[in-house]
Amino acid sequence: MDPRTRLERQARPESMLVNMGPSHPAMHGTMRIMLELDAERIVNAECEIGYLHRGFEKTCENRTWFNLLIYTDRLNYVSPLINNLGYAMTMEKMLGLAVPERAQLIRVLMSELSRVSDHLTSLAAMAMENGAFTVFLYMMKAREFLWDVIEQTAGARMTTSYIRIGGVRADLRPGWRTSLATAVGETRRVLKDVAGLLDKNSIFIGRTRGVGAISKDDALSYGWTGPCLRSTGIAYDVRKAHPYLVYDRLDFEVPVGECGDSYDRYSVRMREMEQSLRILEQVAALIPDAAPLPAGPAIEPGEAIRRSRRARAAGPIRLSPNLEGSEKERLAGLTAGDGRAGVPPKEDAYTTMEGLIAHFLFFMNGKGIRPPKGDVYFSVEGGNGEVGFYIVSDGTDRPYRLHLRAPCFHIVSALDELIKGRLVADVVPTFGSLNMIGGELDR
Amino acid sequence: MGPETLIGEIRARLGPAVEGVADSFGDPVLVLRAADVRPALAALREPPFDYAVLLDLTCVDYAAGEGRFELVYHLYSLSRNVRLRLKASVPAADPAVGSLVGLWKNAEWLEREVFDMFGVRFEGHPYLRRLLTYEGFEGHPLRKSYPWRLEQPRIPMKGEG
Repeated sequence: MDPRTRLERQARPESMLVNMGPSHPAMHGTMRIMLELDAERIVNAECEIGYLHRGFEKTCENRTWFNLLIYTDRLNYVSPLINNLGYAMTMEKMLGLAVPERAQLIRVLMSELSRVSDHLTSLAAMAMENGAFTVFLYMMKAREFLWDVIEQTAGARMTTSYIRIGGVRADLRPGWRTSLATAVGETRRVLKDVAGLLDKNSIFIGRTRGVGAISKDDALSYGWTGPCLRSTGIAYDVRKAHPYLVYDRLDFEVPVGECGDSYDRYSVRMREMEQSLRILEQVAALIPDAAPLPAGPAIEPGEAIRRSRRARAAGPIRLSPNLEGSEKERLAGLTAGDGRAGVPPKEDAYTTMEGLIAHFLFFMNGKGIRPPKGDVYFSVEGGNGEVGFYIVSDGTDRPYRLHLRAPCFHIVSALDELIKGRLVADVVPTFGSLNMIGGELDR
Repeated sequence: MGPETLIGEIRARLGPAVEGVADSFGDPVLVLRAADVRPALAALREPPFDYAVLLDLTCVDYAAGEGRFELVYHLYSLSRNVRLRLKASVPAADPAVGSLVGLWKNAEWLEREVFDMFGVRFEGHPYLRRLLTYEGFEGHPLRKSYPWRLEQPRIPMKGEG
């Protein structure tokens, strides 16, 4: 095939061709936009993706069901918990697992924290590209408070792998209510400040109102979902349309925009964050306090092994809480508790032979999780749209085929139409308002 | 309306294009003949079915099977709030299927992705070109016959000869 692109072949001889990206200093994300310019006006544009190569789907086909979870973290680095959730719930649909209510509530809590941090990151970048650096700093500050809550429980800020097939990895850390209340309060304050800075700001409005607008029909035809679709006035939200976890028990609204331009995408995200904060408060009230563990001497795993070498341990050994929140006693409320899906309790692996065997069997090649044959599709509402997994299982310990329905892919495919006829200066803020995540575009 | 009545309606409308109906973990699945994919999906896009959104398009490589590549379409009807999965098999020798460009705008990229990753051609696609890899990439990465860790030859830079 002709190595030149369509744009290069069709370009008029007198126009100028400009490449933006793959790592243009003004753009966030690795993407190439080729522009055919008539002075500053964009006559034609073509986007090229695929610079962030990991080979996500091919890699997953060569990993066991449990071990590929860490790759789902990296799909969208600002809301990894929602990606984990999408994959875990697809697997639960295949395995027919019922997740305990406490785990479901924690999952909702974690996904809403991720959603807010996703929107904050996206809007912060978009505002910065419009010259509002203060907004960027404010939103990063709010994100830190949210990530503190995530870090306390999951142990990591971005690569969490916290949501596991059948439940969650560990219980919430004691004192989570205080840090959550701080995070919600700080985020509310930041949202108020940002609204004051941007909502009626003539520069911001001038650069976003009517820029990158898309009609309802086009948005549907492009397969848009999430805040970008809702900005055109269509109230499609997976949490309402196909409720999962406990979302049908929660009270929240789906904000919609009017004309689907960059400003509407901004305002839909702002209003959505308020709804997410409301959900966080409702869920926090629904999660009961964790029962204290029965008292007893707690020892390090290494010490437990040394003691058991010398003499048979008298009575059950309780491990020290450095397995934070994932003690055997707690797991009953956090995972589906059926040996097919979750990692067996660590205490058993350290102290009993059966536990050790169970642990080995879970991680050995050809053992572990083996869902029945068949194919399944399941989706959750991610930070920027419907995150769906299509999985084909052939009954072995690794997927035959795993496909990600990435919301970004469909949204970015419309970018060249959004910027056609606009000025070069409109490209970056329009691109920013779409919330493109390179990790999701990868196959 | 239950999924059975809906599937019945669709079957009645599409006639012999539908080769079979299945239920996979609670999801309704329709198997189509590859030659009928485009007209069948065009019909489903119109009222009364109103599947206005092409949620997803992907392919599965059943390396040993008769129809080697299975294309998987996911449609979503906003007005009825139902999803539908459609499948069509194409043979290993010269895999090709009708393109959906013209019905849905995101089909252009989705089909380019499947072409890039699996080497399935889409007849009628105006710009069937690799999407995620580059021109000159050898083979199709998501085929089962493509080794997991294969290094591609280095391509010369522009002007390097």
